[in-house]
Formats: sequence, C-alpha cells, structure tokens
Amino acid sequence: MRKPVTACMLTVSTMLAAVAVSGPAIAADIAVRPGPNAAEELAEALIGAQKGDTIWLGFGRYELTDGLSLYVDDVSVRGMGPDSSILSFKEQQGSGEGLLVTSNRVILDGFAVEDARGDGIKSKGSDQITFTNLRVEWTNGPDEKNGAYGVYPVSSKNVLIDNVTVRGASDAGIYVGQSDGIVVRNSLAEYNVAGIEIENSFHADVYKNVARHNTGGILVFDLPNLPQQGGRDIRVFDNEVTENDTANFAPKGNTVAMVPKGMGIMVMANRNVHVFGNRLDKNDTAHVLIAAYPEDYKDDNYMFVPRGVYVHDNTYGEGGGAPDGEVGETISKYSGIPVPDIVWDGVTRIPEWLSWTAPENRIYISEEAGTTFVNLKMLSQLILPWSTTPDTDISAYKGSLPEPAPVELPQDKTS
Amino acid sequence: MRLAGMAGIGAFVAAFLVAATQAAGADYPAILAEKPPRLLSAYGFFEGIKAGSGISKPAQGVVEYDLATPLFSDFAVKIRHVHVPEGKPAKYTVSEALDFPVGAALVKTFAFPADFRHPQENVRLIETRVLLHQADGWKAMAYVWNEEQSDAELKIAGKRLDLSFVDTKGEEVSFSYAVPNRNQCKGCHAISGEIAPIGPKARNLNRDFDHGADQAGNMGAGPRNQLQWWAANGLLAGLPDEGVEKAVDWLDEKAPLDARARAWLDVNCAHCHRAEGPASNSGLFLTWGENSEVARGVLKRPVAAGRGAGDNQFDIVPGRPEQSILITRVASTEPGVMMPELGRALTDERAVEMLRQWILTLR
Repeated sequence: MRKPVTACMLTVSTMLAAVAVSGPAIAADIAVRPGPNAAEELAEALIGAQKGDTIWLGFGRYELTDGLSLYVDDVSVRGMGPDSSILSFKEQQGSGEGLLVTSNRVILDGFAVEDARGDGIKSKGSDQITFTNLRVEWTNGPDEKNGAYGVYPVSSKNVLIDNVTVRGASDAGIYVGQSDGIVVRNSLAEYNVAGIEIENSFHADVYKNVARHNTGGILVFDLPNLPQQGGRDIRVFDNEVTENDTANFAPKGNTVAMVPKGMGIMVMANRNVHVFGNRLDKNDTAHVLIAAYPEDYKDDNYMFVPRGVYVHDNTYGEGGGAPDGEVGETISKYSGIPVPDIVWDGVTRIPEWLSWTAPENRIYISEEAGTTFVNLKMLSQLILPWSTTPDTDISAYKGSLPEPAPVELPQDKTS
Repeated sequence: MRLAGMAGIGAFVAAFLVAATQAAGADYPAILAEKPPRLLSAYGFFEGIKAGSGISKPAQGVVEYDLATPLFSDFAVKIRHVHVPEGKPAKYTVSEALDFPVGAALVKTFAFPADFRHPQENVRLIETRVLLHQADGWKAMAYVWNEEQSDAELKIAGKRLDLSFVDTKGEEVSFSYAVPNRNQCKGCHAISGEIAPIGPKARNLNRDFDHGADQAGNMGAGPRNQLQWWAANGLLAGLPDEGVEKAVDWLDEKAPLDARARAWLDVNCAHCHRAEGPASNSGLFLTWGENSEVARGVLKRPVAAGRGAGDNQFDIVPGRPEQSILITRVASTEPGVMMPELGRALTDERAVEMLRQWILTLR
C-alpha cells in the first residue's frame, strides 16, 4: 500500500514534503483512488499507515459498506476537496460511524462523508485532532433515520474544527463532547436538529460560524452521569445564528429532542459561558435561552443550573413570534408572544432562592437599548405561583464577568 | 506417549509431562514475528490442517478451552485455543483477563454447520482470529479459511462473506458475515487504547471442560475445572484455592436470571462499556463488578445514542423492557442502532428474551 506518489499529486506532495519533516521516520504518501477495490485499499491504507504518512483520497466517490477507522498517530487524511473526494456510506452494513479516529495529531482535510448510518466522523480520546475543509451530510435532508452527529470529537483534547459543513444530522451537526481545548470556527451547520453543540466540555471558542435552518443553532449543554461534566469556560461569539426553522426531527429519547424549533443560542447548565457579538435573526422561539437541566437525575456531582453567563453586544433581529413545542409553550405562557430576545428560566438552587447568588454565579446581560429580556422565575412560579410575575427589567442584570482567555491549540499556531 | 492407567498418579506427573513434551518442540516463533505470516498454517498451531479435518487436532502446547458465557457472533460456533510458552504460565488476575506472558497466543476459530439441527455435520470453518502477545503488546489478526478448508489466509482489511445456514427451527438464514479488519479488532479488544484479550477471565474460565486426549497424556480424565487443569498443566500460576468468581452460562435456565444477565452483559457489552473502554463517553458501564445502578443503565438517560434511543428515555426502565433502550439496541440489526456495533449482523432472540425477562424482574 505504501505506493510512490502518483503524477497528479506531485505538486501537493512537494508542498507537503516541506512541512512533514517532524520525525526521523520517512513520511510516505499513500494514494487511494475510487474503483472496485477502493474500499479495501482505503481500509488497508488506514490500518497500515505509519507515523507521518498522508493518505490521499483521489477525486471521485468511494462506495463503502463498512466503517473506516484510523488508530495511528501523526497521520493525515486529505482529499481533493469536500465536493471532490466523497466517502459514501449509503450501503453501510456495519459500524457505528463512517470514520473513527482514536489516535493523536491527526488531520482530516478536504473530503466529504455522506449518509453514514450512525455518526459521520468521530474522534474518541484523540489529542490534537483537526477537522478542516470537510463536508458531512445526509443527502436526503432532515430525517430521524439520519445519523446522530456529523463531526463528533468526544473525550478528546485540542480539537480544531475549521471550515466544515454539516447538514442533516438527527442530533447535532458539529458536536463536541467531554473534551478540553476546542475551537469551532468558519463552519456552516444547517438542517440539523442542533447546528453546533458543545457538551460537557472545557475551554471552547465557537466563532465566525453560520448556524441556520437547524432546529436550534448553537447549544452549550452540560449533562449528568458522564465521565466528564461541569462544562465551563466557553465563548460563543461573532456567529450568524439565523432562521433556525427546521422542525425537530430527533428521535424522542435524545436530549436534543426537547429543543424547540426556532432556538438561537441555548445555554443549559455549564459555568462561565460568554455569548457576544453574534447576529441573531428570525429564530421564532427565542434568540437566546439560558436554562437549568430540566430532567430528574441521580448524580451528586452534577450542577444543574448555569453558573456565570454573560450575554453582551449581540444584535437581534425579529424573533420569538412562534414559540415551538413544550419549551416554547412554557416560555410564552409567562412571557407572552413575541418571546423576548433573551430568556432566562430563572431557576436557581433553593439556598440561593432563599438568600442570594454569588456574583460569579449570576447571569449578566449587557445589550443595546431596545433588546428585550425575560426572567421567567420558574422556581418562584413553582413555589409561589400566585405572587410571581416574570421579570423583564433587563437593566437589573447589568454587569460583566471576566472573559476566558482565547483557546490556543498546539496544532493551530499560525493564527 | 499414552498414560492411560496412570491417572491416579496425579497432577504432579501430568504437569511434569506437559513441560517435557512442550520442551520437545512446542515452539511457535511466528507468534513473535514482526510481520505476520500470510497463512494460518505457518504458525503450526494445528496438526494436519487438511480438507475436512479442519483444526480438530491442536499441536503440542496448544490447548483447547471454553468460556462459561461467550460473545454472540451471529451464532458462529467458536473453537478456542491457547498457547503459553513453556515455563511462563499466565498469571491469575481477579477481574481482568488472565495476565498472559509475551509469546502467548489466543486462537479462536469461527465455524458454521450447514444445519444447526445437526451441528456436528458439514461444519465449515470461516475464519480464525489470533491474538499474539508480542513484546510491545498484543497483535490481532484474522485469517479467512479457503474454499477447500485446507488453510486460512490473512485479511488485514477484513472481508464480507455471504453465509447461510439452517437454524434450529429448520429455517434458512442468509446474512453478510463480517470478518473484522485489524482496526475493528481493536474496536472491542481495547483497554485504555491498548489491544487486550477479553474472553479468558478467571470467572469465565471457571467451569468444567473435557480436555480429552491432550499431549500431557491426561487421557480419559473427563471434564475437569479449566482453571485447575490449567494450573496443574503449567498454563496458569497464582490460582487461589478459593474465592475465584464464577460466571454462569447465560443459557443455563437453572441459574439465577440476574447472574445470567450480568454474565451476558459483561461478555457482550463491557469490553466497550467500561470506564477504560471505547464507549467510556457513554457513562454506561456494564462490567461485572459495576456497582452504580445509574452507570449500569437503570434510569440512565442516553447521551449519544442517536436514533439508537428511539422514543425511549432510559437505558433500562425497571419492569419495562419495552421502554428500555438496551433492549432496542440488542434486538436491532441496523447499523447506528444495533449493539454491539461490531461483530454481528443477526439478532440472538434468546438473549433478547432473557434480557427482557431480567428487566421485568427489576424494581
């Protein structure tokens, strides 16, 4: 499989040779082309790759019946572009994802994964995993039979997702779970249930992405009973979160099945989340929702309420005009329609409800005049239903929190 | 070298003899070779690999064994063999697979009879998977048997085979059988990212097995406890006299349902669903010794089940198998829904039913 570079790839490989001198091993270029044996050749290339190698995917479609996996450190898989080198899993018969990576310092660049039966591209336990210039798509559009996650790094460290397009995921297009050190930027997520989701993760920068025509645009969640929880230090900024208008098509058992159509940015649980500089428009349930984890759980280590959320300097177009689903109904019952731009469920822990919340744990909002807001005071509604009215005085939430430092990734030093 | 009639002399002689006979040529250099041999026969694990006879006669120092509860692999009949180098027994471990020395090999052959109503007849060997313990860790390889059944060839990238058999009810079953590629081996055989054996745990070996006419001359010994036999024959060191856990045969209807379910989940799920396994991020841990009810799935919500969750909210709802995601996933054959996600294309309805009954008993 370790073939000499073929003619058409010479230019790229020469460029690569200049960069790939990190170790004593001689980096090889392994070229795979579409054809009747491509599936086997590609699987063999991924299995037989050695540190420093690059596997090149030639132009065309690869019809695959089984999931692919890469377990070797320091390997790149590069295609000719997200519309040129296409791994199609339409006929997939086995495995939980299209491509699985479990090794470190891996670069995935310039190809597409279509119609995976489970997840699209997953990395588990990787350090320095890079997803660039990729497309992961379910080509039949939104459908609950589509795979759950498009780009899916989990339990990973130093995750870079740049210039990726994901369409049609029945859970989240770009989903980063239980990871630490995350950059998601310049990417497009559309026609998924959740566009971009950061879950149970530490240190994430999510910026300059477009999340549109999903059920919900960008979600920052923390869930109980998982090996890593207590998500924190997350910045969501300079994103376009617009027209999230696709009906929720997640299977009912999934956490995202509760996300109402027309959710812009949602922060559930987590600590120290900063939402700023985003443009929100035409999200018909609410542009921004800050909420506690609403389900029962058994986990003494879990913090179910958001701690320290700072929302500032975003721009808000029209929205909140057609709140959807159970969540939309609960919100609008108290807030009326249109739902204000920013909604906080107002759930606190009982001791805090009885006394006060420490400054670093509060919700702060600093937006241009005219931005609307509501604190639903859900806990008070529950305890004192007759004397509770929602609080719409945005000025009462003025203040700020120190912003987390930008996330720096070792594989991303040039920026 | 037959020792019939000497059985009364005891294990001491048997152990001595096994060492002597192993020293007389039971050496398998291919186990440690950097480049795996292309053909299974090159290892020399089986004498007379030839048409029809298959692998019936293991070579010297290669011992057949059996597990109390095996992994389900599309109803494949599995024949297991172990080799440990002379004088280097595996070390006893309480809960993980036995600690095999470098130079050890685990050899598992997958076969299908044409008709499961006559399981001894027309048995076709499909593949033999080997786990080789080399100095830098375990290596996993799959060899696919040829049409003549005379030898098996290494398949690095795996292979799909169209198989069919007649099941115990007399119905024809056709399916696409997947020989795993080398990475897929690691999809299950991984603890903290390193390849590791799964099956030969003390609890799962702790049962009687007829070792038959082995090279130790232990002929006619009849069924004996495997661990004790291994210890007596130089395959295992450090076996405690008592307190060794015992997994049940999950098909044994006389065994307690909870023990059957726990044994089944331990073998079929816990290689991934454990804190050190490939599915650690799920938080669902189905290991034998897991004590947290939530971690074991009871009223635990899924995190990344996707459509595998269907319309259900919890992995296990006590008393409600129809609401338990675990049942949906074990019963499914759809990639993205079915569990385990590798290693099967068919559903074991008996296991689904056993697990349903078990969940019905949970409170």
